[in-house]
Amino acid sequence: MEFLVASSIGLLTTCGTYLLLRGRTFPVVVGLALLSYAVNVFLFAMGRLTINMPPILREGVTEYTDPLPQALVLTAIVISFGMTALIVVLSIRAYLEIGNDHVDGRPVGEPSEAGDKN
Amino acid sequence: MGDWIVVPIVLPAVMAALIVLAVRHDILLQRVFSIAATVGLVAVTLSLVIFANGHDPEMYALGDWPAPFGIVLVLDRLSAMMVFLTSLLGLGVVLFASSEWDQRGKHFHALFQFQLMGVNGAFLTGDVFNLFVFFEVLLIASYGLMLHGAGADRLKAGMQYVVINLTGSSLFLVGVGMIYSVTGTLNMADLAIQVTNVASGDAAILRAGALILLLVFCVKAALVPVHFWLPGTYANAPAPVAALFAIMTKVGAYSVLRLYSLAFGDMAGDMAWLAEPYILPAALITLVVGMTGVLAAKRLNSLIAFSVIGSMGTLLIAIGLFTPEAISAGLYYLLHSTFSAAALFLIADLVVSRRGQFGDSLHTAPRFHQSGFLAVLFFVGAIGMAGMPPLSGFIGKLQILDAARDSDAMIWIWSIILVTSLMCIVGFGRAGSVLFWKSSSVDGEITVEGAKWPVLPIIASCGMLGALVALTIFAGPISDYLQGVSVQLFDTSQYIEAVLGENALALVGQ
Repeated sequence: MEFLVASSIGLLTTCGTYLLLRGRTFPVVVGLALLSYAVNVFLFAMGRLTINMPPILREGVTEYTDPLPQALVLTAIVISFGMTALIVVLSIRAYLEIGNDHVDGRPVGEPSEAGDKN
Repeated sequence: MGDWIVVPIVLPAVMAALIVLAVRHDILLQRVFSIAATVGLVAVTLSLVIFANGHDPEMYALGDWPAPFGIVLVLDRLSAMMVFLTSLLGLGVVLFASSEWDQRGKHFHALFQFQLMGVNGAFLTGDVFNLFVFFEVLLIASYGLMLHGAGADRLKAGMQYVVINLTGSSLFLVGVGMIYSVTGTLNMADLAIQVTNVASGDAAILRAGALILLLVFCVKAALVPVHFWLPGTYANAPAPVAALFAIMTKVGAYSVLRLYSLAFGDMAGDMAWLAEPYILPAALITLVVGMTGVLAAKRLNSLIAFSVIGSMGTLLIAIGLFTPEAISAGLYYLLHSTFSAAALFLIADLVVSRRGQFGDSLHTAPRFHQSGFLAVLFFVGAIGMAGMPPLSGFIGKLQILDAARDSDAMIWIWSIILVTSLMCIVGFGRAGSVLFWKSSSVDGEITVEGAKWPVLPIIASCGMLGALVALTIFAGPISDYLQGVSVQLFDTSQYIEAVLGENALALVGQ
């Protein structure tokens, strides 16, 4: 199971990083979402992977799974969900305002209008 | 004083909710509430500073859960100073924005209060995961503020700003996860103890986690090579927001200082001063890159943004030395650079709004209204940023140079700081002469609609410059306080005992 979880985190991170480096906003948004999934699974695994264990320490129970990562990953999921919503709205707004969906505000291959302003 | 520690977080949080729920239709009431809350915040944080100066660090357990199981807020001299700085800066910004900027979009004051809440929380918290949460709070508010009053350029820069910070947040969680997996704690004070108990086989994970966190903090602090987001963001943000963002880079610097002196400081055995070999070289390059940008900038706002990068370089050189003298010198420079960057962004907005279609491009244009008065303000602000006498930047740089005297890298530090200061003077001198001086060679005058003498913005800009003057005049007492800050920072047992009780240190190295 460790191998499966580790390689799926790796795969998600790889795809997320690749998409994050693309030039248009839609792949970037998807890349961010994939990265946040990878991080969520990673956080979940940080308390070690165990199966069929109660998440709390009780009398008579000697083996248990760490409940804290589960609480943390919930926080992380909520925040990344909200952030994904925000960046989707933001990229649509930027597309409508700028007229294209390139992250630098210009289509591929055309010189930037704003390039010499900085 | 215990319960008052939480007020700098609760007051803006309640006020933001109140503003957005109750008075969102009335801009005047929004302004009154927002300014009143910020004035109250200044009063509370000032009393926290006075309290912290005479006492050991004090803890506030949220929900009364005992540390290390619950989340704690910790007030020591450093965090007290940072929240006071935030509230003073906030007051200037909210006064500036209340004349006209807050009407260019919706919910400025609510977002502004949420931003103050996030920044104050990041300064006060004693828990690494809670630090992440407050980072998110301040970032979410900053996204809203950055896009306030939209426009194509701002949306483009805002998009990049959001993406880089979301990536940073993901890395933050990875770092936190790695640290937790081997230490089993997220409480900073407890972490300082558990770091000494980590099995040698797990040390590599801990080291990697800590360095990933360092990278995230350096993104916030705009340290080379992760500084690329800053010029676009600051130059395109609304002026009062850019001024408020002057504290955001300091949040990164503060986090480096806090975590890497407490958990990875003197006590940490093999991990001692983990951040030291990385910060100093990166900070030196940051200073060079920033001041080169000042020389090359073609717009006033990006000129100031690059000078902010340069000043972060100077600040992190001092922090990167990790000696008590250097840190107290660096903190003095931190106070100074926050106010001088904020003042310059505010003054730049006054200039830009009077130049009509010429905006902030550094080209010769006809004279504009009040150019004489604004030239004086710009001159004072530029002296502050460049670190020339008589203002506080000079004292700050002098202290940093003095503190670097015993360092191995002394030659590098001295030569780079001195040469880049000259570059900064030349850059600002050129900008000032183009904006104010050469305009007399062009016939005509630019006239724009609007208030001739906007009262609040001018008060706010002068107030920021006044803070620089006050820093200079009271340099003695302020330096005494800052020495107390760095003494407390290096005596980590005070902090740990305040959070975990008096017997906590017995667990070190077991």
